[in-house]
Amino acid sequence: MKRIALPLSKAERGALHAGECVLLSGTIYTARDCAHKRIFALLDAKKTTPFPLENAFIYYAGPCPAPAGKASGSCGPTTSARMNSFAPRLLDLGLGGMIGKGEMSAEVVAALKRNGGVYFAAIGGAGALYGNAVKHSECVAFPDLLSEAVYRFEVEDFPLVVAIDAAGNSIYANLPPADPRG
Amino acid sequence: MRTLNVEQIEDLVYRLARRAGVTIAEDCLSALVRAEREETGAAKFALGTVLQNAEIAQATQMPVCQDTGMTAVFLELGQDVALTGGLLQDAVNAGVRRAYADGNFRKSICDPLTRVNTGDNTPAHLHVEIVAGDGVRVRLLPKGFGSENMSAVCMLTPAEGREGVLRAIVETVKKAGSRPCPPVVVGVGIGGSFDGCTLLAKKALFRDLGSKNPREDVASIEEEALARINALGIGAQGFGGKITALKVLCEVAPTHIAGLPVAVNIQCHCVRHEEGTL
Repeated sequence: MKRIALPLSKAERGALHAGECVLLSGTIYTARDCAHKRIFALLDAKKTTPFPLENAFIYYAGPCPAPAGKASGSCGPTTSARMNSFAPRLLDLGLGGMIGKGEMSAEVVAALKRNGGVYFAAIGGAGALYGNAVKHSECVAFPDLLSEAVYRFEVEDFPLVVAIDAAGNSIYANLPPADPRG
Repeated sequence: MRTLNVEQIEDLVYRLARRAGVTIAEDCLSALVRAEREETGAAKFALGTVLQNAEIAQATQMPVCQDTGMTAVFLELGQDVALTGGLLQDAVNAGVRRAYADGNFRKSICDPLTRVNTGDNTPAHLHVEIVAGDGVRVRLLPKGFGSENMSAVCMLTPAEGREGVLRAIVETVKKAGSRPCPPVVVGVGIGGSFDGCTLLAKKALFRDLGSKNPREDVASIEEEALARINALGIGAQGFGGKITALKVLCEVAPTHIAGLPVAVNIQCHCVRHEEGTL
């Protein structure tokens, strides 16, 4: 299995192809629904974001509390589609990409392509495995949001699938379109 | 008349919730093992990771999924039982509160508008059914919302019949695509009312994945819906593959002559449910 380490340069991101299975290590930041809303409010007010967006990777996740002796509790990905409206602006501001689960919108695919970003799919429901792969964790913003706060994670060997690559190829391209009558 | 202190119900709820959070049901695990053998590529990788995760969760007692859910509790209360020591709902909430704190489970319950978290995963979603006898049976299911969000109620017309029911089930799963963490288990409530069919659908999720509805016409819907869903090719995590659903479980109840309500409750591959009696 291919091992990759963050930070990834634009060229390194460009060498990843949709469908590839990888083990990823390095620094990532958790953020989900509420944290994104707050980050957008900071951006609108021209204030500093909780972490530099340039080349960063956001993990759509909200961990369980860490048991004694562990850096993180159970921490698998949440459904990325809920962040469809947020991802393009962050990618345009330099975000390297995202880690989550499930398909994302055509607008997100276009933003990934435009900026050379990459979207990784983590395996939904594998929370204990991902939680154990977090070696260090620190809350960097919005602690009042509890599990929805922004955490900086140092992770080791996160099993991921390249879901949408920098060329806009998507592993979800063959999902059946829903019947409009349904 | 038997008297029972609600503290005993609190303790039972506590034990069931602790176990459910870290355990994938045995029947689901077997179905996932079979699916992993059948798939290739990214879907096989996903299922292999899921199986590895189930082992890690057991070994570390960490939740199998960080979405430790909204806690649905189905309680059957014998009508010859007199409860003492406090309110039933309070006792159930107390069991959930303690389990989610001690188990390091995520607290996922919040106000729908302010989004302020209640901080202890309560209130639990409690359904009480009065039954014969002097026993108490508690069935508990922590329901994740990645899959709950993809569920649907379809108020069909009687004319749509069996084919309409099948279409409602398959379209709901198709629309959900990769989002509910396939391979899914599909709980279906057919009949009843707008609210009644949803309860049937959730109850269906407690059934063994190896079971079939005793009514032959209903079992044939379960079978045909499963075949049509697996022909969609969504596969594990939406990566493409033969296994999009592990099982379709249908329950029926009488309905009104003017209607055919169908509720489709999607459950992710992390099937967690526990039960106990007092």
